[in-house]
Amino acid sequence: MVDTHLANLSNQLMLGAVLLYVVAMVGYAADIAFGGRRAAAVPSEAKVLIGAGGPEASEAATDVEEAEDDGRRIEWGRFAVLINVLAWGVHGAEIITRGMAADRVPWGNMYEFTSAITFAAVTVYLVMLWRYKVSWLGPFLMVAVIIALGIATIWLYNDPGPLRPALHSYWIAIHVTAAVTATGTFTVAGVATILYLVKARDKAGKPGGIMDRVPDAETLDRISHRTMMFGFPIWTFAIIAGAIWADSAWGRYWGWDPKETWSFITWVVYAGYLHARATAGWRGRKAAVISLIAFGCLLFNFFGINYLVSGLHSYAG
Amino acid sequence: MSVDAPEAQAAPQAPKDRPAGIGLIGWLRWGWRQLTSMRTALVLLFLVALGTVPGSFLPQRGLAPEKVATFFDRHKTLAPWLDRLSLFNVFSAPWFAAIYILLFISLAGCVLPRTKHHFSQLRSRPPKAPRNLRRLPEAASYETAAAPDEVLAEARKILKERRFRLDAYDDAVAAEKGYLRETGNLVFHLALLVLLFAVGSGTALGYKGNVLVTEGEGFSNTLTSYDAFKGGRSFNASKLPPFTVWLDSFSANYLTSGPNRGQPTKFAAKVRYQAGLKSPVTSYDLQVNHPLVVDGARVYLLGHGYAPRFTVRDGKGQVAFQGTVPFLPSEESTFTSEGVIKVPDAQPDQLGIVGYFWPTAVPNQQGKVVSAFPAAWNPQVALYVFKGDLGLSNGAPQSVYKLDTAKLKPIVMGNQTKPLAIGQTLTLPGGAGSVTFDGYKQWISVQVNHDPGRVPALSAGIIAIMGIVTSFLVRRRRVWVRAKAADGGRTVVEVGGLTLGGATPDFDAIVERLKKAAPEEPPNTDEE
Ligand code: HEM
Repeated sequence: MVDTHLANLSNQLMLGAVLLYVVAMVGYAADIAFGGRRAAAVPSEAKVLIGAGGPEASEAATDVEEAEDDGRRIEWGRFAVLINVLAWGVHGAEIITRGMAADRVPWGNMYEFTSAITFAAVTVYLVMLWRYKVSWLGPFLMVAVIIALGIATIWLYNDPGPLRPALHSYWIAIHVTAAVTATGTFTVAGVATILYLVKARDKAGKPGGIMDRVPDAETLDRISHRTMMFGFPIWTFAIIAGAIWADSAWGRYWGWDPKETWSFITWVVYAGYLHARATAGWRGRKAAVISLIAFGCLLFNFFGINYLVSGLHSYAG
Repeated sequence: MSVDAPEAQAAPQAPKDRPAGIGLIGWLRWGWRQLTSMRTALVLLFLVALGTVPGSFLPQRGLAPEKVATFFDRHKTLAPWLDRLSLFNVFSAPWFAAIYILLFISLAGCVLPRTKHHFSQLRSRPPKAPRNLRRLPEAASYETAAAPDEVLAEARKILKERRFRLDAYDDAVAAEKGYLRETGNLVFHLALLVLLFAVGSGTALGYKGNVLVTEGEGFSNTLTSYDAFKGGRSFNASKLPPFTVWLDSFSANYLTSGPNRGQPTKFAAKVRYQAGLKSPVTSYDLQVNHPLVVDGARVYLLGHGYAPRFTVRDGKGQVAFQGTVPFLPSEESTFTSEGVIKVPDAQPDQLGIVGYFWPTAVPNQQGKVVSAFPAAWNPQVALYVFKGDLGLSNGAPQSVYKLDTAKLKPIVMGNQTKPLAIGQTLTLPGGAGSVTFDGYKQWISVQVNHDPGRVPALSAGIIAIMGIVTSFLVRRRRVWVRAKAADGGRTVVEVGGLTLGGATPDFDAIVERLKKAAPEEPPNTDEE
């Protein structure tokens, strides 16, 4: 039933993807380190522009900086992105071979979920990179991805195998795909939010630090908000698809199973964030903290509920 | 406060005690404004989230009553206190209801007036062009040989094509679009109200019954045939559709090798059902994820287990019991199961038996029998037999899965006798009779439910998503085009745009189109 050759290939691809993500991270870091010195030479100019004109001006400042660069930094940046895309391709191949090995959708247990979520996160990042030039997000996201995949391979690993009867439904393709996509998106938003909080705290900012390349707090806030706006409807959809599935698998569409409860909590806190941002007195730092709480709920729902609480959604084994 | 009111009014300084002498109506209005403020909604929203947390950690009566009982046994002092706070039925607790009812009042109080306001906005005219269009965040201007009327006509056409709402002022066209943003937002919030209402009324009108069915047997959709039944507040038992379901056979497949050996891969129950007395009998392959739908009710396969079959002869050599007894799995991975056989008809003494069933019995290292696999490859039973008074005569209800041993005397200890394989008989000491293990059947646990709120709730959920996506994607935009005759038969065209929430490429596209229709010409200087 299980094709062991493909299963082994999948495991090797996972290893390859992790290694490539590490290389990409080093590339991004080198980009910051070597480009950072250059940026440090012109901080005052850049800051004046930020102060005067807000986000547009700061983007302009980055453009100028890039244009007059000696090329070395661009090399590192290009290298990192190239390796990142390669890693993403290998990661995708890992997921596909895994699914082929078990002859089913490749998200049936915690190892596979983690792999799929990180893949979704990297995909979201690459799309944002292409559309909005967010390479500064790269090194931080790589750290998160490498940690997650490390945990997956060391602690969560499970040989591919057939699914339990409750998972025999095409809804697994719909519900889990939506949940995984939303979780990946929220992960990117979470990384951006942490950067926002760091950036907003040391406004003065020592030049030359690793936060140099990261855009100003306002831009970070906008980017993480947009990302969450993308994730929120998908998460809502995932919950509704889950309810439809529960209606055919468990005999009711909503029953406050621990997993259901925590996806509801997560949903409410993200909705709270979206409101907080529109409510005077809550925007900015407070809203960001709320979104991190929401992200914490999301992670707890994923790891905590699967391992700590027993419910219908226990696929940890 | 209201008790003191008449006296307070008499006192000259009274008005200062309250916000500007607003009286009861004023207070109500003030409270209403507080309740429907977004800040209050936000706080209530978080309270709802917080309120559900204990429900995910403490066992809940509605989900796992047996776990609640275990919790009470383990935490003798704490449990009653938690119970007083309704923490074992959080989702039906009064305080939980209070939070979400307040939240939804707040939501309604916020959204309904906004809906009304939005409707009047939808009928209003796009605002007049500002005097200086060049000052707007998006602006363009050029000169053309086309006449002002032509330019404006063209502008109207282009903007109309782009679904702008138009209005003409003397020398300008004003256009606005993006009302869908607010519409989407309101639809989202209204849909949430509908969703809650659908869930609530579905629970109130629906019902849920659970029953255990052994192969070869069946049940009908009547209150008495269920082991457990729960009807909503407004449920009417006389409306139960009269159908019957029989279980012919059940099969479970398991992985037989690999690290996940014993993990189930498929459950299937062959059933037959009859919708009414006169309807034909139809077969159905009942599986997880494939409920059977009869007469608006849905029949689900929830669980399964073994029902060993026994023949019990009493001290007089008569058959005092013969039949299958459903055993409950105590260990899901191996399906080691436990059950109770009560034989009140045995003479001279009543017999009570606690049995253990191993579907694949093997001795472990200590020589004890355990089950090695969930499928019945080598089924064996061990029996603990008691004689005496079963305690059934005093009329108190007893669980069929528990033996009250208060007035019973053990005569056989299962761990000291050899387990029985199919066909084997255990002779009871002291001429008390014998027990034969005849074989086994399987049972399934079935849930039947009807919830009229499911489809409305789903529709509301889908509409909510469409609403929020629309509201996130659409931007509210205004565009003005002004065309004024200048010297030399030229026309000066000014285009201005305002987008709430950042610029879009739309504006440039509109200007491009306009220039194509009324081509740009270099400023008219040399001809003068
Ligand atoms: C379960 C409760 C609620 C949920 C899940 C919810 C969800 C949302 C979401 C996702 C948005 C979009 C936010 C954005 O555009 O950034 C929104 C907007 C809004 N909500 Fe709610 N809401 C809820 C309750 C309420 C309540 C009770 C009120 C009023 C008291 C309210 C008032 C508003 C307002 C005024 C907006 C517009 C804010 C904006 O344009 O950004 N909401 N709501």
